[in-house]
Amino acid sequence: METYTAMRHFADSWGLLAMVLFFLGVITFTFRPGGKKAAQRAASIPLQED
Amino acid sequence: MKHTVEMIVLAVGAFLALVGAGFAQDRLFGAHMWILFFVLLGGTLVLMRRTDFRPIPAGGAPRQSEYFDEVVKYGVIATMFWGVVGFLVGVVVALQLAFPDLNIEPWFNFGRVRPLHTSAVIFAFGGNALIATSFYVVQRTSRARLFGGDLGWFVFWGYQLFIVLAATGYLLGITQSREYAEPEWYVDLWLTVVWVAYLVVFLGTILKRKEPHIYVANWFYLSFIVTIAMLHVVNNLAVPVSFLGSKSYSAFSGVQDALTQWWYGHNAVGFFLTAGFLAMMYYFIPKQVNRPVYSYRLSIIHFWALIFMYIWAGPHHLHYTALPDWAQTLGMVFSVMLWMPSWGGMINGLMTLSGAWDKVRTDPVVRMMVMAVAFYGMATFEGPMMSIKAVNSLSHYTDWTIGHVHSGALGWNGLITFGAIYYLVPKLWNRERLYSVRMVNWHFWLATLGIVIYAAVMWVAGIQQGLMWREYDDQGFLVYSFAETVAAMFPYYVMRAVGGALFLAGAVLMAFNITMTILGRLRDEAPIVGAVPLPAPAE
Repeated sequence: METYTAMRHFADSWGLLAMVLFFLGVITFTFRPGGKKAAQRAASIPLQED
Repeated sequence: MKHTVEMIVLAVGAFLALVGAGFAQDRLFGAHMWILFFVLLGGTLVLMRRTDFRPIPAGGAPRQSEYFDEVVKYGVIATMFWGVVGFLVGVVVALQLAFPDLNIEPWFNFGRVRPLHTSAVIFAFGGNALIATSFYVVQRTSRARLFGGDLGWFVFWGYQLFIVLAATGYLLGITQSREYAEPEWYVDLWLTVVWVAYLVVFLGTILKRKEPHIYVANWFYLSFIVTIAMLHVVNNLAVPVSFLGSKSYSAFSGVQDALTQWWYGHNAVGFFLTAGFLAMMYYFIPKQVNRPVYSYRLSIIHFWALIFMYIWAGPHHLHYTALPDWAQTLGMVFSVMLWMPSWGGMINGLMTLSGAWDKVRTDPVVRMMVMAVAFYGMATFEGPMMSIKAVNSLSHYTDWTIGHVHSGALGWNGLITFGAIYYLVPKLWNRERLYSVRMVNWHFWLATLGIVIYAAVMWVAGIQQGLMWREYDDQGFLVYSFAETVAAMFPYYVMRAVGGALFLAGAVLMAFNITMTILGRLRDEAPIVGAVPLPAPAE
């Protein structure tokens, strides 16, 4: 069970931290200055094509 | 049209199936290979008859149109066909539970027909809807033709072959008895091949897109394709007893096996039935109401939050089992947290209508989509609640679960797919409008009434069942025998079949409506009240 234990420890330490940081990064990036304008342009993509 | 390569591949495949039938290690595998042989042989003959020996007209082959929509048309028809089949089988199994005499041994007993129903509605109806709409949406939002040319056809026909093999296998009695993953190892391998081709087509289209930004619907579709590939491969890791036999053994055992299965099972809900259909929501609702999505930034957060949380929710299927307690609690906590992204997405879908709420009254297709999102909200409220251990101790193994699943599947997946098809058919076949908009209205009410009856009845039945199972007298003995709790369900089972039949009736009406639309007919009918457009203001 050595592999199991090692993976388990990785999952609830560095793995968990990496995922939380990535997630927070995504949210921060979404709300970056100028993000609103880019989002409005992206939202209109389906309406430009028929 | 020349299909030389396709014909050769099909004919060789048919021959190999025949060899498989001849050397089969067990009777069931032999029977299955005979079915495969006749299907592939039929396919070869159809292609032969379609071969055109006329010389290519002057000016070369016809110019490629902008989008590859022929495969989407086939997908829409397949979705409708499998939908009606799946709902019909659902009504049959509902009646089998109410009237056990309808169990026809051995092929049509409940144990074999039930997976036929679940796979037909989830994988045949839902899967075809996802493949067809993803091909449509990714081309429009990327402004690029589908990548891979005829690979799109391979994905479509390969997937239909998977459905036929899975369905006939269940009726023959071939199953690895993993819920929603019943097909045996060789059918699983085939689906893996088809799914990789699907990923190549979809990802290839995104990579060659002319639109710089990847629209959020494509993110949801891509997460659905990638995650289903991962879930399917891991959950179906198995060792076949013989390479020409239908039996295999799972690579996992005991509680690991159970957890792998429900990691698969719940993420099939999360990524097949949720992420994929949310992609439909994020494209077809803005198109039908002609407004951009309420908050694009919310949709991004919705996406990441959903995929980060759903993947952990599976253990709530194994409350009070041999699964370690911490894993059960983890599953419960993540399920409860899923409330937030789910409701964020629901609000985003509904608020897309802000400023156009009158369309709920005047456009039955919009009404259908709004009801779908409302059911998404209700089902994703009920689910986390049922995953709480205390609630689960009452609800688990009862019909409450069946009611919950159907409010999600019929209400959310069914109605959003119907809405998308009603949108797509006039566009794909270049029709002015649907054959009948009033029939859409009838369909809406038949379906909604059917779902409400179904869910309400199963809710009452499930709670009664759960309470009867745990009823002790003052001596500590169980008050009811199991058979008594089964007998008590009879009226509910009959009512449930009525609800399902209403839903089926709506789908049959839809099949008629879209058939007539494809044929180019227009029903002479009064427009929906209020739907007459106001005169356009002077430019």
